[in-house]
Amino acid sequence: MGTFGIRKKITFKMNSGSIQSENFLDRESSLGVLLMLPGLILLLVFLAYPFFLGIWLSLTDTRIGMPGEFIGLWNYTDLLEDDIFHQTAWNTMIYAVVTVPFKALMGLGLALILNNKIRFSNPIRAFVMLPWIVPTALSSLGWFMIFDPVFSPISWLMIEMGLIESNVNFLGDQILAVTAICWVNIWRGIPFFGISILAGLQAVPPELHEQAAIDGANKFQRFVNVTLPQIKGILMITSLLSIIWTFADFQLIYVLTKGGPANQTHIFGTYAYQIGLFGTEIGMAAAITLYMFPILAFFSIFLLRYMRKTA
Amino acid sequence: MMVGSDKQKTLQIYIPLVVYTLLLLFPFYWMGVVSFKPTSDIFDLDLNPFWVQRFTLENYLYLFENTEFASWMWNTMVISIVSTALSIFCSICIGYALARLKFPGSDFMGIGIFLVYLVPPTLLFIPMAQVIGTLNLFNTHWALILTYPTQLIPFASWLLMGYFLTIPKEIEESALMDGCSRIQILIRIVLPLSVPGILSATIFCFTLCWNEFLYALIFMSSGDMKTIPVGTVSDLIKADTLFWGSLMASALLGSVPVAFIYSFFVKYYVSGLTASAVKG
Repeated sequence: MGTFGIRKKITFKMNSGSIQSENFLDRESSLGVLLMLPGLILLLVFLAYPFFLGIWLSLTDTRIGMPGEFIGLWNYTDLLEDDIFHQTAWNTMIYAVVTVPFKALMGLGLALILNNKIRFSNPIRAFVMLPWIVPTALSSLGWFMIFDPVFSPISWLMIEMGLIESNVNFLGDQILAVTAICWVNIWRGIPFFGISILAGLQAVPPELHEQAAIDGANKFQRFVNVTLPQIKGILMITSLLSIIWTFADFQLIYVLTKGGPANQTHIFGTYAYQIGLFGTEIGMAAAITLYMFPILAFFSIFLLRYMRKTA
Repeated sequence: MMVGSDKQKTLQIYIPLVVYTLLLLFPFYWMGVVSFKPTSDIFDLDLNPFWVQRFTLENYLYLFENTEFASWMWNTMVISIVSTALSIFCSICIGYALARLKFPGSDFMGIGIFLVYLVPPTLLFIPMAQVIGTLNLFNTHWALILTYPTQLIPFASWLLMGYFLTIPKEIEESALMDGCSRIQILIRIVLPLSVPGILSATIFCFTLCWNEFLYALIFMSSGDMKTIPVGTVSDLIKADTLFWGSLMASALLGSVPVAFIYSFFVKYYVSGLTASAVKG
């Protein structure tokens, strides 16, 4: 579908000349503005305004129920000296970026399998998408029990097999908890990478493979030299989207650890929630979320430039 | 392309496929198993936890009799449907305007709308809570109906703009010549030709509404106004995790509608999803 690029509009001189009727709704410029209005109003009131309000709040010492006063950049500088915030920033990086190669590799594996003629391929495709489709809060609850210190089936299995003596407290230890959270994040991302890469694989012309096979390339060489260059673009865009989305995640960690144990597994979203809605420090919380902005903007602009280049 | 015996095919394709399927679906299997067990069996750690020894529906009954699950379901449905309808209406308008009409700022709008798509709720929830408070919308459906579209309109507009661009301009031009107005063209010609695009945008919006968590958590604090994800996480865990059965039942029931809709329209959804991934 070659339709998603930003296409230059070609004006039809012949038409636009003769159709310029007196009717307000038929004039392109006025109709265009009118059609944009309903969506734009919603975006202005519930997106642009809160965004600037957030910037203002982050410069004040507002608390829930108490109007604040302008304090300049104090919230931002305070955070730079906050150990939990350092840990939070570090966690967010691991959570959003370090997980991407794992998602991409496992997604690639899935796509390569699904790209074959297999029986029941349609229901299988629908089923393997489930981790990506269903509400993350609810699937995370399933994992929450799978990682439970008492009822974990993983612990049960490992004890049965004689690997460990007693149950593992997956979410009670910092390293284990971060690993568990990242795993659930990877688990949820595999289908998205898988299906996107699959679409890329299916766009590879079979003749390319045939030609390479005739030239004596083996399977691995064909993969590296034919398939990989063809799906490079998709891999890049999918990875960037994945980073942008998981960077701003909330529910997965809220359900699994709420940032615990001892505030060691927070990411920006959950830490801002804790400071703002439990600690009632709205101004500080706004500053935490705004620390995300330059990083999100960086990845978004990178994504946009990349897409315009490939489109 | 796969040359080789059946045995080789089994080794290279079906075995990895089974491993993937087990890995990706295990949590759902686990939720199902726990939700159909009586509480006493869940707590009996000597039993094999991977299997249902005694089948029961008591956890599901508990959900409907002793919790607000039915209200959560109703809220989630109303909010998702109305918010989706609102978003699709706005997105059709924006998509058509961007695809076909030249107006002041139209070039810049396309990129602007796309960048907005990348502004996550996490960035806005603190000030948004104040806006909702000022408008007196806490614990009303409107709080979510009006805020979800900001997450949906950008992507849906892009998707629909792409579909509208595939419709040959000549059809619209000849209709214009015949004296149709732009609005008539949009309703009678463009929309019927864009049904697949509108369907995939609708499914996309609906699943996102159904799955949203952060805004729902903050704006809906009273028990009977919650959505399924928020109600399940905040009201069913409170009892110190004694109710694993009903907790898993609720998580599973709340996942069924999106899974169901998705499996029916998988073709449209995937094409929508990949349209964004392939060409952006």
